[in-house]
Amino acid sequence: MDATDTLVEVLKGEGPRVLATLARTIGDLAVAEDALSEATITALDAWPRTGIPDNPRAWLAVVARRKALDLLRRESARSAKETAAFRWGTGAAPDQIEEAIEAMEPETSLRDDMLRLIFTCCHPALGREAQVALSLRTLARLEVPAIARAFLVPEATMAKRLVRVRSKIATARIPYAIPADTELPGRLASVLAVVYLVATEAHAPTGGDAVARVDLEAEAIRLARLLAGLMPDEPEALSLLALLLLTSARTSARTDADGNPVTLADQDRTRWNRAAIAEGSAWLFEAVTRSGGVAGPYQIQAHLAAAHSTAPSWQETDWDRIVGLYDLLGSITANPVVALNRAVAVTERDGPEAGLAALKTIVGLEYSHLWHAALADNLRRLGHTSEAAGELHAAVTLAPSEVEQRLLQGRLRTVRSELGPARSTRCPPREPLPRFHPGTGRASGRPPDPAP
Amino acid sequence: MALYVALLYYDRDQYWDSPPEMEFSAEYMDFARRATEAGVMRGGEALHPVTMSTTITVSGGKGGEVLLVDGPYAEAKEVLGGYFLLEAADLDEVITWAAQIPTAWRGKIELRPIAPLHA
Repeated sequence: MDATDTLVEVLKGEGPRVLATLARTIGDLAVAEDALSEATITALDAWPRTGIPDNPRAWLAVVARRKALDLLRRESARSAKETAAFRWGTGAAPDQIEEAIEAMEPETSLRDDMLRLIFTCCHPALGREAQVALSLRTLARLEVPAIARAFLVPEATMAKRLVRVRSKIATARIPYAIPADTELPGRLASVLAVVYLVATEAHAPTGGDAVARVDLEAEAIRLARLLAGLMPDEPEALSLLALLLLTSARTSARTDADGNPVTLADQDRTRWNRAAIAEGSAWLFEAVTRSGGVAGPYQIQAHLAAAHSTAPSWQETDWDRIVGLYDLLGSITANPVVALNRAVAVTERDGPEAGLAALKTIVGLEYSHLWHAALADNLRRLGHTSEAAGELHAAVTLAPSEVEQRLLQGRLRTVRSELGPARSTRCPPREPLPRFHPGTGRASGRPPDPAP
Repeated sequence: MALYVALLYYDRDQYWDSPPEMEFSAEYMDFARRATEAGVMRGGEALHPVTMSTTITVSGGKGGEVLLVDGPYAEAKEVLGGYFLLEAADLDEVITWAAQIPTAWRGKIELRPIAPLHA
């Protein structure tokens, strides 16, 4: 990591904290955002010369505060905001940044400010896409072009979307507040869903030919870490972090040297990130300790990820436990994708006949490539090669990304070669279907909503 | 404080003086009374059915010919049946009030922030 990277890391880490307090004190998220952006530019210019200050957050806070005042003065017609800004006693603001830092209020309310920022960005009056875009901008400090790239929309579209979101927050007066205890479970679910969605997009990008987006995955983990740190008593926040760490441990093994996807069964498990597995397992333990015996959907998914991440091989995976976890998950989220993943585990535990039977009971995945691919896998194992080829053909047609299309086409070629006259009775090496955690609803074309 | 209009939508035309509607009127009145006591209520009325409406346009710009159409502006499945004007500190507060209007479980309520016409 070079000096610029370090700088960017510091800015990403401290930026949201500075923004959170600034937004509360000036009462305008849009102005706070612009001020922080300007302060960041100032820092990127100054810090390489002066070195990173001892207290970079305080430095940023002071500079951002001044930028905010400049911005508000420029909008002098908006006199109400001007008044609000003068709560800071700007007239007497010291010129030296160090003096200003010393004069600043203590940071005791920082945690509350961060929570305010998070709950505002993920307010249910904002659409899920808007929540995600705003969270990536304000909480992860991603630049607009990066967010646009992440969601495959033109930069101008993303910029417009962000303008609309901020404008709605201001116009409809979405409060900059921590929800009341009675509302907290629902509001927290919305916050976690945003981070989960970022992670899902990172894990299985909706377009392009990347198997995973490592940069976006890092942002999702950063956000999950932030939430876990701010809400250490919320088991689902800890579970989400555990889930993302455990899943990310496998990311580098999901691509071969040529950039082709490698499914879980065929991955070189020595390439898995042991440190991430250990950390994820530790967070999962913390979550279990705090959940009082009632596992939420993220905790169950983290258990599933842990069961895979700690298995010595695909064959030696504890399929009985995995089926049981999917049963539990299915009982609280009634999602056909959960049923699909359960059926795959049933195949491994009880054989293809049982797996096929389980798959055929699932309703609502007729247009999911994963369902057809799973059917094909079982049919092939049962010797119904021709039917398997038909299902794989359907799966290729329905696959949402180039990567998955390639994977399925390869499988289809193998199956078709088995259809030749010199058909071998030997069971060919099988590739299980690619999959992540359930609950994303991606395969069924519905927006993700993993929380009950 | 901010002003919001709560637009009350139903999936069919509302005849407020019909016996089935009369049963609900007490609930609306109760909401209006509580919202008034809390200082949230700034106005509100029920609307006659859309079959009673007339849509007008002035053709060719200001002062032009007034054109009338018998009926609503847009044929929609949902029908605007009334409105309340509510004043609250923020969206969360007005949501807690709007959720107590019977329309919230009989139809749908759209909350729109009011843009004041005065400077």
